[in-house]
Amino acid sequence: MAKILFRVNGKNQTVDVEPDMPLLYALRNDLKLNGPKFGCGLSQCGACTVILDDNAIRSCVTPVSAVQNKSVTTLEGLGSTKNMHKIQQAFVDEQAAQCGYCINGMIMSTKALLDKNPKPTDSQIREALAGNLCRCGTHIRILRAVKRASGQLV
Amino acid sequence: MKTTELNRRQFLKTTGALIVAFNFFPTSSASAQSMVEPVADVDPKELDSWLAIAPDGTVTVHSGKVDLGTGVETALAQIVAEELDVPFNQVHMVSLDTAKAIDQGITAGSRTIERAGPQLRQAAAAARQELLKLAAERLGSPVERLSVANGVVSDGAKKVSYAQLLGGKRFNKQITVTESGWNMKVAPEVRAKNFRDYKVVGTSQKRVELPPKMTGEFVYAHDVRVPGMLHGRVVRPPTITSKPASVDESTVKNIPGFIKVVQEGSFLGVVCQTEWSAIKAAKALKVTWSEPPTKMPSGPDEVFTILKNTKSLRDQVTVNRGNPDAALGKASKTYEATYRWPFQMHGMMGPSCAVADASNDRVTIYSGTQGSFETRTSVAEMLKLPEKNVRLLWREGSGSYGRLGADDVSEDAVLLSRAVGKPVRVQWMRADEHGWEPKGPAQLDIIRAGVDADGKIIAWDFADRGFPLTAAYGRGLRLLASRQIGMKPTADGNSNGTQGGGEMYTFENQKCAAPLIPWVQADETPLRTGYLRAPGDIARCFASESLMDEIAADQKMDPVQFRMRYLGENKRGADALTAVVKQAAWQERPSPAPASSEAKATGRGVAISNRANTICGAVAEVEVDKTSGKVLVKRFVLSHDCGLVINPDGLKNQIEGNIIQGVSRALLEEVKYDSSGITSLDWTTYPVIRFPDIPEIDIVLINRPEMPALGGGEPSSAPIAAAIANAIFDAVGVRLREAPFMPERVLAGLKKA
Repeated sequence: MAKILFRVNGKNQTVDVEPDMPLLYALRNDLKLNGPKFGCGLSQCGACTVILDDNAIRSCVTPVSAVQNKSVTTLEGLGSTKNMHKIQQAFVDEQAAQCGYCINGMIMSTKALLDKNPKPTDSQIREALAGNLCRCGTHIRILRAVKRASGQLV
Repeated sequence: MKTTELNRRQFLKTTGALIVAFNFFPTSSASAQSMVEPVADVDPKELDSWLAIAPDGTVTVHSGKVDLGTGVETALAQIVAEELDVPFNQVHMVSLDTAKAIDQGITAGSRTIERAGPQLRQAAAAARQELLKLAAERLGSPVERLSVANGVVSDGAKKVSYAQLLGGKRFNKQITVTESGWNMKVAPEVRAKNFRDYKVVGTSQKRVELPPKMTGEFVYAHDVRVPGMLHGRVVRPPTITSKPASVDESTVKNIPGFIKVVQEGSFLGVVCQTEWSAIKAAKALKVTWSEPPTKMPSGPDEVFTILKNTKSLRDQVTVNRGNPDAALGKASKTYEATYRWPFQMHGMMGPSCAVADASNDRVTIYSGTQGSFETRTSVAEMLKLPEKNVRLLWREGSGSYGRLGADDVSEDAVLLSRAVGKPVRVQWMRADEHGWEPKGPAQLDIIRAGVDADGKIIAWDFADRGFPLTAAYGRGLRLLASRQIGMKPTADGNSNGTQGGGEMYTFENQKCAAPLIPWVQADETPLRTGYLRAPGDIARCFASESLMDEIAADQKMDPVQFRMRYLGENKRGADALTAVVKQAAWQERPSPAPASSEAKATGRGVAISNRANTICGAVAEVEVDKTSGKVLVKRFVLSHDCGLVINPDGLKNQIEGNIIQGVSRALLEEVKYDSSGITSLDWTTYPVIRFPDIPEIDIVLINRPEMPALGGGEPSSAPIAAAIANAIFDAVGVRLREAPFMPERVLAGLKKA
């Protein structure tokens, strides 16, 4: 076991866990943040996506020891139902989910994209989300939501 | 409106569902029905079992249906709000709890709106009738003079609200109920509203549960945590019946937090203090399995040989008109083709997960199963307990598209919990999910057809050879862990359905059959057979609509005009076809398109379908790369007639999902296996469609308010592959008779052409 200190959604947190444990389980089980989801544990689907410093990463394959002293943002760090982030609001406005299990990854990947490229083209959005799987087939709405969140015509 | 109070998910959160106490049948609840003592089986004849009016006017509905991510929670709430004349946001649908909800049958088969909709509508109409009686007494006016708006009854002068009339009190009213489950008829004597007066039904109300899904506040089955909860993982054998010959616990004993290896029959799992320990222990546990008594088929060819040569259990003939054999003998020209559809998987994004406390003889389960009552029965039978001792609290899981591991996993959690005497959460790993989810089975479709001298079809003989679906159902078919501990199925399993074989059309001599072929595996291996979205219909429609197209092309006829000739008795079919070709700006000409010298050829294809009485017309526009063989669907247009539309945008969301999943299944998806087991165990070995390949989508809703509302969850999956296959033929003249339409299959066809 090892004590790992890192920032999560702007707050300092310490978890006492096995250092090889992926970040996902620290977020979900130790810090009770349910936004990131377990989808594959293989970095193949994107359901576990969080932002580490400025990059969207797969928390299911990132050892918690690798985020020591770093800053992690989860879906909960963007906003809440009482005070939604503009990306979350755009996803609601476009009704861009069915089961919603993948949506954490879609929103967090969008956040990382728009931070770097505030007005992405349709093909840039598709490329940025190519590693995020959605099995319900909500892609068209997600594409519209990203456009809307970036202030572009839907 | 006070959505923060009324939204079910926030309600769950504020009442502590995130950390859930495991009180068996707790008496406190925020709903008005909390005054009603819960019983093991709720009586549907009691109006109070269906709904309650709280002192603040909130209408609480105890539906026996669940929302699998399809939006039916919102649509059912619209139906109740409409019938009661209360604001939509005032209706609160309670998550299914087997101790409180009426068993309205399993949530499946696109039957929720069609069957549960009228049940809830009639219960609401009966409640409205009772409320009007109370209002008549209170206001001293006859019922005929009363009107209701926003939950307030008025006689023109005086007003009284539902909350004032009944808030927090019981109706104490018996209603008429006959039959059960999907077929339950509720208060049929009560007259419901005329559709012309609908204000809420038919509007695109926003999905009530989406905001918390966007913020991480939503509590999925995967997010349920209970005090003292431990974590489990399963370790599956090569076949359901191969036993662990030896288990070397020394390989896991030193893992921090390790608690126990649980073994019962061929069921094997580990329980640990933390989820990560459980994952590591399940991976590290050294097991030697006994020689499997049943071997997997060596590959698809062996499966298709079984389908072709095995005598059927029954032939399931849906149409039998004239004499197709005799007519084929007289035909000017005959056509015969065989189509192969592979094993495919649901590929749920979130692997199956459940939390159970089976530490004593009163069992509580949190699960995202499609069949809450079926799971309750299975668990009770497995533990040899009365059903009333098992309580299942449904929480939404990952979208499931048919029964699968989400139904099986409750039993895993129960066995592990019983073994350690503590609540246990189990989630399958990705390889467990891909490997052990019940698969949509392979199908072999054989068609013979004949035309007369004028090119008119006079003979049609269609046979869809498929396996029974036997997994993840329960009630005699047994869930996975029950089978692993040695319980035998007592039922054969149902067929894969029987529609989609050309029944849309009328031919003079016509036979449509779906011979049910015994599955030699008897579900002993991971190649389990289960219900996968629009079960069977995608393959049947691919076969029948491909041959229709083939004959049209051979007769040098436009494929739409050709189909229209046989839709004379099928107005809804003809309407759907007309609507989709209009939207697609279809250009009348025979297929294939004139050959082009471009590296990429384009084409368009059409198909129509009927599943569960919902009619679809589909037009696919594809681009085929003649060098690589890759097919890209550029645009998909679909017309959809499911009778009365409850929520147009919610319905479109479902149809878009069917199209995208359908394109993925048509172009990419095939479960790979050999005699050692399933080899499609992750997303690289079972690829699905990704953003860069998503087509433009254009949907035409055909609303028929005078008709009952029918389902939209899966019918539009049926024609997708067929329309794409026909579009590929249009583009490059290659007729594909085996799915998925992989580049190598297209290239092989191009070489032959």
